[in-house]
Amino acid sequence: MSNKYLLSVKKLSVEYKSNNSFIFPWEKKRIVKAVSNISFNLNEGKTLGIVGETGCGKSTIAKAIVNIIKIKSGNIYWRDKNITNLSEKLMKEHRKEIQMIFQDPLASLNPRMNVGEIISEPLITHFPDMTREKIQHKVKELMINVGLLPNQINRYPHEFSGGQCQRIGIARALILNPKLIICDEPVSALDVSIQGQVINLLKSLQKKYKLTYIFITHDLSIAKHMSDNIMVLYFGKIVEMGEKNKIFNQPQHQYTKKLISSIPKLKI
Amino acid sequence: MLEINNLNINFDTPEGVVKAVNDVSFKLDKNQNLAIVGESGSGKTQLVYSILGLLDKNANVNGEIIYNNINLLNLKEYELNKIRSKRISIIFQDPMTSLNPYMRIKNQMNEILIHHLGSTNVEATKESLHMLDAVKINDAKNILNCYPHELSGGMRQRVMIAMSIICKPEIIIADEPTTSLDVTVQSQIIDLFNEITKEFNSSLILITHNMGIISTSCDSIMVMYGGKIMELGDINEVLNNPLHPYTKGLLETVPNIEENYEELKTIKGDPLNMINIPSGCVFRTRCPNPSHNCKEGNTVNKLIEKTPNHWVDQCCVNCI
Amino acid sequence: MIILNKKIKTLSENLSNIDPVKGRSLWHDARIRFFKNKAALTSLFLLICVLLFTFIGPIFAQWSNEEIDWSVLGDISTLGYPSIESGHYFGTDELGRDLYSRVIQGTKISLMVGIVGALIAVTVGTIYGSIAGYFGGRIDSVMMRIVDILMSIPYMFVLILLLVIFGRSILMLFVGIGLVSWLDMARIVRGQTLSIKKKEYVEAAITIGVNHFVIIRRHIIPNLLGVVAVYATLLVPGMILTESFISFLGLGVQEPNTSWGALISEGAGTMRYGTLWQLLFPLFFFVISLFSLFFIGDGLRDALDPKDR
Repeated sequence: MSNKYLLSVKKLSVEYKSNNSFIFPWEKKRIVKAVSNISFNLNEGKTLGIVGETGCGKSTIAKAIVNIIKIKSGNIYWRDKNITNLSEKLMKEHRKEIQMIFQDPLASLNPRMNVGEIISEPLITHFPDMTREKIQHKVKELMINVGLLPNQINRYPHEFSGGQCQRIGIARALILNPKLIICDEPVSALDVSIQGQVINLLKSLQKKYKLTYIFITHDLSIAKHMSDNIMVLYFGKIVEMGEKNKIFNQPQHQYTKKLISSIPKLKI
Repeated sequence: MLEINNLNINFDTPEGVVKAVNDVSFKLDKNQNLAIVGESGSGKTQLVYSILGLLDKNANVNGEIIYNNINLLNLKEYELNKIRSKRISIIFQDPMTSLNPYMRIKNQMNEILIHHLGSTNVEATKESLHMLDAVKINDAKNILNCYPHELSGGMRQRVMIAMSIICKPEIIIADEPTTSLDVTVQSQIIDLFNEITKEFNSSLILITHNMGIISTSCDSIMVMYGGKIMELGDINEVLNNPLHPYTKGLLETVPNIEENYEELKTIKGDPLNMINIPSGCVFRTRCPNPSHNCKEGNTVNKLIEKTPNHWVDQCCVNCI
Repeated sequence: MIILNKKIKTLSENLSNIDPVKGRSLWHDARIRFFKNKAALTSLFLLICVLLFTFIGPIFAQWSNEEIDWSVLGDISTLGYPSIESGHYFGTDELGRDLYSRVIQGTKISLMVGIVGALIAVTVGTIYGSIAGYFGGRIDSVMMRIVDILMSIPYMFVLILLLVIFGRSILMLFVGIGLVSWLDMARIVRGQTLSIKKKEYVEAAITIGVNHFVIIRRHIIPNLLGVVAVYATLLVPGMILTESFISFLGLGVQEPNTSWGALISEGAGTMRYGTLWQLLFPLFFFVISLFSLFFIGDGLRDALDPKDR
């Protein structure tokens, strides 16, 4: 296996059992295939955009890569090391390099912790011997990097706007200097005029810190702007994958064509 | 047909007085489709809720809402009930929570007809079936017997639309109807609105923050920010020739799929905190080029007619 | 908008020197809402007064709670009357002991049973319930079935049995009440944990690599405390009532220790001899404290409800 890919996913499948509408507990539970047979490779410094509609399994792939959910079959290789279904203890080392930004900015922050505590949590988890001053310094530095004023460090999430909360989430994901950040619909819950701010921030951070992104979204225009390669998902299966200009200019699959044609255009 | 004059809506909260809507006036004619565009905190939802009397108890409403020569704000609850759903209906934002999870679709739709038109159960069911066909639901007979959780988001929104047109109202208000739906379903729903307003001769008030969907379905547009109207006019005129920096900004944030961008255009700053509204022009904290007077907070927001049927806030026109 | 490294360093040095703004936590908001609630505030004040009474009261007592005043024996209904001159502010009981001191002692013991019992219930119940709810699966099933089994035992029966077999003592009372009171709390906490577990900030913590027990301590328990606090203030009166009932039956604290229940029991027994004060004084403190606790519980629920979510 060559060393050129940062992340390599081979034939990933995730299933979960769902409750039937029947009330008897001994009824066999229905198996729902969230994603089947997903394979892709990710080069360092590139962005993979995963697009699809609600329920197609985009978030499931994200959760599988960061090992929050159990994988039914398939393998995930991080720099050629197999991290599929790894135990928590062994996974902890890799967590420093793979981080995630969540969809709902306010819900992804613990309402009882202030900004300083939220952003410094990864540091105190992985570097328990770091001094308080050092931690404070690093937190403030990151707050400036994402566009927040460092004197807000004692404030609580509900005192911030949606866009600012998402910046806090980004700062928290960045503080361990990860190599890969998975962005799970990071701007869907934000106002349109703020979406651009966060997208521009993500792009500039990518250049600055040489990050690799997996960018999950249902908005094709943003996907086109952010990604180098695009993967189109439909009901848990990849229907088309390739370089972004090829996908948008010459879509092959019926579903991709349908998605592109449904984008509302301003009639100017 | 619908005329709103000097509407002010304030809310008493423990944190202070929230001025949700500030001195808003506009008209809606018969068969005219109006798009209300704005972000969170602009007051657009409170504005339409006040038309139907759906505001919370701690709201103070001043001004006039004249519908067919009656001021809706002066009506009592039972009189307002005669208008709700029958003459003015509303489709809410989240189809997941706007249907009662314990009632079958059939019963929820029949309820409207039985209450307003006094139909019997059989007649109501027939009419409901007819309506579900009108919103292009294929398996209407089976859908009638389903519960809401058995339907997808797009289906539920179609059912909501069917419920809103069942009494053939004069005004349909749609509050961000496609925000929680996928993009393929979104275009179908917008097409549906176009057909229905033509077929039933109703007016549509479409609230959204998505500029893309309004260009095909609406005649006029009203841009709101901080509880005030920033720009108002015919849709082609405003989209082709936006006079207000906020409108311009919103139009620029829609990335065109055919172009490549180095950086997305944004409007700087954050949406307003409605408890502490800055003095003077509400937009001055986000304006790309505020005048000196405006920055000091000395200006006043007021709509003026810059070109025929194209109104814009006077402060922001001066600042450009 | 790429900010240069040097610029960031100078910017961060400049901005770091500005004093950080004070944050407004959710507890702070809840506190403000609580203090706006007049009924809750009055009840808190009354409860504090009762507590102060137990500490300051003994300073004014002229008789201890064991001393028998021989001069009033024989005709308690006229001689044992509450009066300031004789030093019996609340009068005397049937045996000639000063009721004032006895009421102070009874208040101390009843409140202690209530508060300590509730604390034990809260601690054990919260830890047990949050662990069961967080780990789920088999651990959850086993832990909750244990709770179900313990709950189905008729506990008054067991309590009385324990007290009869091992003798009456305060320790036995605590053991008995403690065995049962944490069960409800565990169930409630488990339910809350199940819904908090699904929230995105818990997922974010797992992604960061935080240890499971640290997640429970840092993310789950602080967000439960609202519900726990409300329920705890309703547990305290429950405990006091249980203890009072046991004492009323004659199985509670042993003489010369006393509690509200015991005092009320004695007072009720001598009512027809015209010595109503023996009933009314302990009853007054009993009722005041319970009412205050209920109102505080109500106030807490209103203060901690819905905006916190």
